[in-house]
Amino acid sequence: MLKYFASRLLTFLPTFIGVTLISFAFIRVLPGDPITVMAGERGVDPARYQELLQQFGFDQPLIVQYWHYIVGVLHGDLGKSFVTKKPVWDEFFALFPATLELSICAMFLAVALGLPAGVIAAVNRGKFFDRALMSTALVGYSMPIFWWALLLIIVMSGWLGLTPVSGRISLLFYFPRVTGFMLIDSLLSGQKGAFTSAVSHLILPTIVLGTIPLAVIARQTRSAMLEVLSEDYIRTARAKGLSPYGVNFVHALRNAMIPVITVIGLSVGTLLAGAILTETIFSWPGIGKWMVDSIFRRDYPVVQGGLLLIAVMVMIVNLTVDVLYGFINPKIRKR
Amino acid sequence: MTDVTQAAAETQVRPGRLSEFWHYFRENRGAVFGLWVFAAFVAVAIFADFIAPYNPTEQFRDHLLQPPFWEEGGSTAYLLGTDAVGRDMLSRLLHGARYSFYVGVVVVLISATGGILIGLFAGFAPKWVDTLIMRVMDIILAFPSLLLALVLVAILGPSLTNAMIAIAIVSQPHYVRLTRASVMSELSKDYVTASRTTGAGLARLMFITVLPNCLSPIIVQGALSFSSAILDAAALGFLGMGAQPPTPEWGTMLAEAREFILRAWWVVTFPGLAILITVLAINLMGDGLRDALDPKLKRS
Repeated sequence: MLKYFASRLLTFLPTFIGVTLISFAFIRVLPGDPITVMAGERGVDPARYQELLQQFGFDQPLIVQYWHYIVGVLHGDLGKSFVTKKPVWDEFFALFPATLELSICAMFLAVALGLPAGVIAAVNRGKFFDRALMSTALVGYSMPIFWWALLLIIVMSGWLGLTPVSGRISLLFYFPRVTGFMLIDSLLSGQKGAFTSAVSHLILPTIVLGTIPLAVIARQTRSAMLEVLSEDYIRTARAKGLSPYGVNFVHALRNAMIPVITVIGLSVGTLLAGAILTETIFSWPGIGKWMVDSIFRRDYPVVQGGLLLIAVMVMIVNLTVDVLYGFINPKIRKR
Repeated sequence: MTDVTQAAAETQVRPGRLSEFWHYFRENRGAVFGLWVFAAFVAVAIFADFIAPYNPTEQFRDHLLQPPFWEEGGSTAYLLGTDAVGRDMLSRLLHGARYSFYVGVVVVLISATGGILIGLFAGFAPKWVDTLIMRVMDIILAFPSLLLALVLVAILGPSLTNAMIAIAIVSQPHYVRLTRASVMSELSKDYVTASRTTGAGLARLMFITVLPNCLSPIIVQGALSFSSAILDAAALGFLGMGAQPPTPEWGTMLAEAREFILRAWWVVTFPGLAILITVLAINLMGDGLRDALDPKLKRS
């Protein structure tokens, strides 16, 4: 096990270095040099230009620059935003809980609906339920979620007036930030209606962000279940008179879970990509919206730092999934 | 001489293989339906100029935000209504098919060609080259694809061409991994050894002996990446980083329509529906392709 873990970790390191190289290269392959970009349309006079060049170290050889960059990264220094002048690291972690909260809710929705849907479809293979569920899943899987979000806004907010259109909580409420998770903070504040407001703001973004993972999980659960259901031990379990429920949910699902867990873990990247669109549409103040806004504002240190942090996060999740997978399934470890 | 007989033998085998494929593909009704919808989509893309009632960028200033013909205030002159500057929705949607089709074809061509070549190379190359290539692919895959595409477009400048390049780069690693994995499993088989011992050169081994046997999963991946390319291009267009207005690209149309979302449902609904139907049809087709090409599922 330890050997397996070490080998996974060994592949992690070069990937990490590669990711830092890409984010390092990003600001340097942009058309025009960073100082001119930073100065924007106002321009900058030559003396000040030289000074800034030195201050940011752009006059040094690339390899030295990279060294300084990576030392900075390892110390949590990702530079400062051109716009807010705040450290990128601080901004990222201030906004991250919003994205995390939304992602957890979306994933919860996806698993809570996707797993049973997949099991029901597999058990009723070829029948009406199977076809109905899998057609719906395919529609969900093909959904342009930015359009789905707009449709939901038209129906739920426009016609029915049920849910708010943007933000995390109604502006009527103000309370200090404790955890950064609006659901928890609104409860802690003890203000009447704050929690309900936070929940109602979460509903639409959760549905939008959860749609694709939900479809993927349902499809994956179905195919994993189908594979398991044809195994001999399932026949044995049926033959010895276990209830269909016991066979399907205890014997089969437990063994079908392995590929499903992998899919759940690997959809973190999809979730973050989805968060970019979802957060932009619902003005959700998370890292997806932050990245898009920064790209438009040409706030390059933020784009650079955000890119690196997001990639590292995806890598850590993938590594964890890999290790967990080896833990659950000894066959993988041996390879 | 031997080459000629071999070629003749191959042409005799081909129709058989194709009809076998069709036999399995036809069993999946959804896939056949998807194929028909896709064919219609391609036809619309090709003949948009002839089918569309108006020029997609022509503005009818007397008919701003006119609803579709079945709603009150709509007219059959503009079947699906008009947008905020009075352009005919139907004509724009029909022309939009052209851009989506173009995006799909170009992205799949670039990413599949590049991916297959790199994957083949990795499969045949010495271990350290293989490791190096696969690490580079891991690095690309570590970034969420849409984010990386966005950043690439930010570097290259927003346009449909750059969006296509970005999406092609981002979807390439999947082809590399697939090709390499199938090459690896084929390389250990006897027919490859036989071909090698009879003196086949490296190029022949790569492209003529091994590659044709690796194509099934790559074809399926091609269908899937066609649909995800359309989705990603539309997403980039929606974020303002893809095709620029007044191009009637579906995602760009949605972005322009956002502010009218509560006043004019049709400007928002139709472009998205067009994306959904196209992507759905391709995914249905892809599922059918996978079932028909995957020998493991065929037996069951």
